[in-house]
Amino acid sequence: MFWTVTLSLLEGFLGTIKLFVLTLLFSLPLGLLISFGSMSKTAVIKYPIRFIIWIIRGTPLMLQLLIIYYGPGIFLGLNVWGSNTSGRFLAALVAFVINYACYFSEIYRGGIQSIPVGQYEAGQVLGMSKSQIFRKIILLQVIKRIVPPISNEVITLVKDTSLARVIAVYEIIWNGQAFIKSSGIIWPLFYTGAFYLIFSGLLTLLFGYIEKKLSYFR
Amino acid sequence: MPILEVKNIKKSFDNTEILKGISFDLEEGQTISIIGSSGSGKTTLLRCLNFLETPDEGTITVRGEKLFDASTPITDPEALRKNRLHFGLVFQQFNLFPQYTALENVTLAPLMTAEAKNKEWIMENGRSLLNQMGLSDRMDNYPHQLSGGQQQRVAIARALALKPDILCFDEPTSALDPELTGEVLRVIKRLAERHTTMIIVTHEMTFARDVADEAIFMDDGIILEKGPAKELINNPKEERTKQFLSRLNS
Repeated sequence: MFWTVTLSLLEGFLGTIKLFVLTLLFSLPLGLLISFGSMSKTAVIKYPIRFIIWIIRGTPLMLQLLIIYYGPGIFLGLNVWGSNTSGRFLAALVAFVINYACYFSEIYRGGIQSIPVGQYEAGQVLGMSKSQIFRKIILLQVIKRIVPPISNEVITLVKDTSLARVIAVYEIIWNGQAFIKSSGIIWPLFYTGAFYLIFSGLLTLLFGYIEKKLSYFR
Repeated sequence: MPILEVKNIKKSFDNTEILKGISFDLEEGQTISIIGSSGSGKTTLLRCLNFLETPDEGTITVRGEKLFDASTPITDPEALRKNRLHFGLVFQQFNLFPQYTALENVTLAPLMTAEAKNKEWIMENGRSLLNQMGLSDRMDNYPHQLSGGQQQRVAIARALALKPDILCFDEPTSALDPELTGEVLRVIKRLAERHTTMIIVTHEMTFARDVADEAIFMDDGIILEKGPAKELINNPKEERTKQFLSRLNS
């Protein structure tokens, strides 16, 4: 029984990891774009972006999942997500990407704004262009500063993926819970915790390594 | 013909006029020191010359070429970038790039901006500049491993690496303790002896007097007094200049 459960949970964890990896893949760069928008000097870009960030950070992710999945059908009469498994997964992915991109954008914004203006000016008087200054001087200093808060968010994301089950996306908790109905046992549900622990432990090691790699400068 | 002609530079921030019409010339190979109390506009003037601020009025001419005229502002970033290369600026807070070694700080911009990308020559020149600054054993150190005086000397080498027509210093020793001040001042003095064209904003009066050919006393956004450095600092004519200098000596 133990092996049957482990295999089933591993299969569910694959869904968890798929959602996790794809969310990061899209939300990390999207967050950078949003952070540029929220720092824009143009009011018609800056304020709408900040309004969206406020909405996304001010409401529960679970509610956002429900609205993104059911909203188009209820309010617009459109069946954008289809009715199969991959449609639900896509809806969950979209919700996660938007949510995490907004959180990341605020981390990026804090990181970028914490770089002293003297760093930009030193680049300017040396005749560098705006993009050269950002790529060659600012970016790595920002990365160094945001690794700890990003690692926090990423580890939160591992666990947040479990929210996807509210729109019936198969992930590890879904599989663990299924054993309650099918076999009348609850321990597989508790067992899922071990998978989360091991995975977030590995991520902690990875981020520790990155932090150490960037410790050669201050 | 002077290497630099500054005419009637005015600059306001939020309706407060910081520069109220600054004009002066600088001859090639000469050093000019700018003294005056905090808030007199010295730093703003340097920032205007380096195009970190845009003057509201006036012109800046280098080697006869009008780089800036407030009546036809520069909008092209590429033109602005080229203009900046006529000037070098050494900051009060050094502003070295923390993720690069001393040598990389010096060679970063030349490697990026050089038209003829002669990498080997740029590296060689960077090493020789750091040698001149007495930092031959510090080339591969990161800024946080260097003392303030060493960091400022790297910053001077970094500014020199682009061969600016005019090198500007914005209170280069104000962030240093007295012991480290000496080593930076000695380096600047050597540059003056080799006829580097320089503008030095400083609160070190003895240094301003000894290193510079000319001195300018700025007060409340204008040049109140200008003359040979020794004369201006030893025997100022204006009452306000006397007052400023005596307060420093007492």
